[in-house]
Amino acid sequence: MAIELKMPALSPTMEEGTLAKWLVKEGDSVSSGDVLAEIETDKATMEFESIDEGTVGKILVSEGTESVKVGTVIALLAGEGEDASSLEASAAPAEGSAPVADEASAEEGGSEEGAAAALEPASTPAARPADPELPDGTSMTKLTVREALRDAMAEEMRSDEKVFVMGEEVAEYQGAYKVTQGLLDEFGAKRVIDTPITEYGFAGIGTGAAMGGLRPVVEFMTFNFAMQAIDHIINSAAKTNYMSGGQMRCPIVFRGPNGAASRVGAQHSQNYGPWYASVPGLIVIAPYDASDCKGLLKAAIRSEDPVVFLENEMVYGRSFEVPDVDDYVLPIGKARTMREGSDVTIVSYSIGVGLALEAADELAGEGIDAEVIDLRTLRPLDREAILASLAKTNRLVIAEEGFPVCSIASEVISVCMEEGFDHLDAPVLRVCNEDVPMPYAANLEKLAVIDTAKIVAAAKKVCYAD
Amino acid sequence: MAKASTPRSTRKRAPAKKAASKTAAKPQSVEEEFALHSLQEAFDEDRRFKASDEQMMALYEQMLLIRRFEEKAGQLYGLGLIGGFCHLYIGQEAVAIGLQSALDNDRDSVITGYRDHGHMLAYGIEPKVIMAELTGRAAGISKGKGGSMHMFSTEHKFYGGHGIVGAQVSLGGGLALSHKYSEDGGLCLAYFGDGAANQGQVYETMNMAALWNLPIVFVVENNQYAMGTAVNRSSAETEFYRRGTAFRIPGMEVNGMDVLEVRQAAEVAFKHVRDGNGPVLMECNTYRYRGHSMSDPAKYRTREEVQGVREKSDPIERAKLELMELGVTEEKLKEIDKGIRARVGEAADFAESSPEPEPGELYTEVLVGEY
Repeated sequence: MAIELKMPALSPTMEEGTLAKWLVKEGDSVSSGDVLAEIETDKATMEFESIDEGTVGKILVSEGTESVKVGTVIALLAGEGEDASSLEASAAPAEGSAPVADEASAEEGGSEEGAAAALEPASTPAARPADPELPDGTSMTKLTVREALRDAMAEEMRSDEKVFVMGEEVAEYQGAYKVTQGLLDEFGAKRVIDTPITEYGFAGIGTGAAMGGLRPVVEFMTFNFAMQAIDHIINSAAKTNYMSGGQMRCPIVFRGPNGAASRVGAQHSQNYGPWYASVPGLIVIAPYDASDCKGLLKAAIRSEDPVVFLENEMVYGRSFEVPDVDDYVLPIGKARTMREGSDVTIVSYSIGVGLALEAADELAGEGIDAEVIDLRTLRPLDREAILASLAKTNRLVIAEEGFPVCSIASEVISVCMEEGFDHLDAPVLRVCNEDVPMPYAANLEKLAVIDTAKIVAAAKKVCYAD
Repeated sequence: MAKASTPRSTRKRAPAKKAASKTAAKPQSVEEEFALHSLQEAFDEDRRFKASDEQMMALYEQMLLIRRFEEKAGQLYGLGLIGGFCHLYIGQEAVAIGLQSALDNDRDSVITGYRDHGHMLAYGIEPKVIMAELTGRAAGISKGKGGSMHMFSTEHKFYGGHGIVGAQVSLGGGLALSHKYSEDGGLCLAYFGDGAANQGQVYETMNMAALWNLPIVFVVENNQYAMGTAVNRSSAETEFYRRGTAFRIPGMEVNGMDVLEVRQAAEVAFKHVRDGNGPVLMECNTYRYRGHSMSDPAKYRTREEVQGVREKSDPIERAKLELMELGVTEEKLKEIDKGIRARVGEAADFAESSPEPEPGELYTEVLVGEY
């Protein structure tokens, strides 16, 4: 049977082209790899190669023809033992050869409504996990955030041989911020690995090790330096499970301090929460107190998904009560009500939670009863908790130590608008850092970051009490 | 990682065997012992693998399968059945086949960039599921959600299929780390091109791989062009096998158009790595006949240049001649070609006729856990 040579698509967008020149004539014998013709696309002139062997029978579209539709039969090739001169073109070409994909989708997806319905993401599981109930009389121990993080890693390393820690100065130096203190002594150099200063490289090695079946905890000295490595966090770690149709796993935790420290200038002072929280395929956790740091870091290490775990240097040394229970693991994706209130909701996360709690105290002195919600996880965001609190107080402020534009605050406002509009008695206000790179001068830095007074002012404003 | 993971221990590399037998380890002799050329020398002693008749036939058939598959993929792209970017491996077949035929598939891992069809076929993965991925169908190996550039087979320890130039090298370093950590005896074969060879993370990875003595073979598939830029226009050092010297990684220069030479180089390199000597950098000089991707008109080189390589150095023609010298008849070779064409044709029909993913697949496999 004759082989039909069809006008090829030679770019992702080509629909038609010019058959500029035939490089073979009727009767020529060709083999695979021979250039048959030159075709001009919208972008360039391309060579059209034969992939078959045979004799050129009829040339159906002569050279110089413009606007030849992709899929049109332009020539016939006789295979071995065929008479090239007797070939006939089979049927009307062009129309029928449109990409099958369209037809298939019409068949598969059914009506447009059907397709739209199928596009809805799976609804949230009915039974939502809650923080574990602590038995009556559970004793508490005061721990710094730093110690709680270290304990979380050590406990997980004890229970799973595949868990290891890598990063700059994590081993012999005992951690640039002493978060990994003591781990080298207990677990040895195989599992507590000092890396060179080479973020892109070691983030990639960590990610590859997770793909290979290990459970790495990769420490960035600060998340500012993770900018050098963000390609692996997003393109390699977050997307590969999806792109592989669910074959690839990447159970890795990228952790380290995030957000403004103190007097270190613009390149060392940024909150990357919104950046990572915008990427499907990642889990993003940014806890505040020591018990949440411990319970959520343990959950992060056990997660089968890649986790960005954002700590805060300014909070490392603060002490909080941590329950004395074996294996204290908290649910990812669940906000925590830090203080109940009825007049206004203050949503925050990470270091902002401390400020929000101070603001709530101050507001109480002025007769305003504020509820404080700690998001804890930024992705997936606990929309239900935000909306439930809004339904109760009808007023909401979000406090975020970070830039205001395209922020977690923006996202929370969007959730309130889209799903909580009927509950709103006032516009949602965001209290964020100023929209400038972080200045060095002490007075300017103070002006640039959020503080309690700004949160109090916003809360009063939405209560129309200012 | 057990023995050599302390980054502060310097010079932990065991000297190559030949050098070691000559001198005891003395500080002043470190440079002499540091035999960057030892592997090349071992390889130069006998550059071609002694394949049995059956092995030779198998190597030929595998290369031919890649060639026919890629030709068909190019055709399907032309018909609009394959979208986006599609990077063909035509001309480079001997590299993947020569190297991967020497792997221990029970323990070794492979990772590469986006020109990945050939590396998957080299594993014997069904052409159907690869072609169906190229056409974006539910039966594709990534369920139609990855496409030509993003294909994986964890069953075969093939870890992709990565779209960001050079990223697979660091990821390969991680796979090597996992081999060492788990003490499974495996090695990682990490392929990248002459273009990716100029990415910084490649050298970050070489540094750590040498520092930690990781079991990894870095393979530069030098096909002479980084997209449209010739190697001498993009690289200050075009002898890529030398680029490991800064990290004390021995290099090998290999004719990537001769499957037996590639296979022999693989034997030498894999043994070195398996003996616990750390990474090897191998440069395979090869050539891609087609454009960088299907939409590349390849005007940065002449048709004569391409024809010249095809006529003089084609890896498949070379293997074919060797088979004929072994007494394989032309009829037999035609029959083989016919069989492979039929198999590829079936794969194409399957890829064309099998359904697209269900719309509901849009939201699956974003995360593994439920939160």
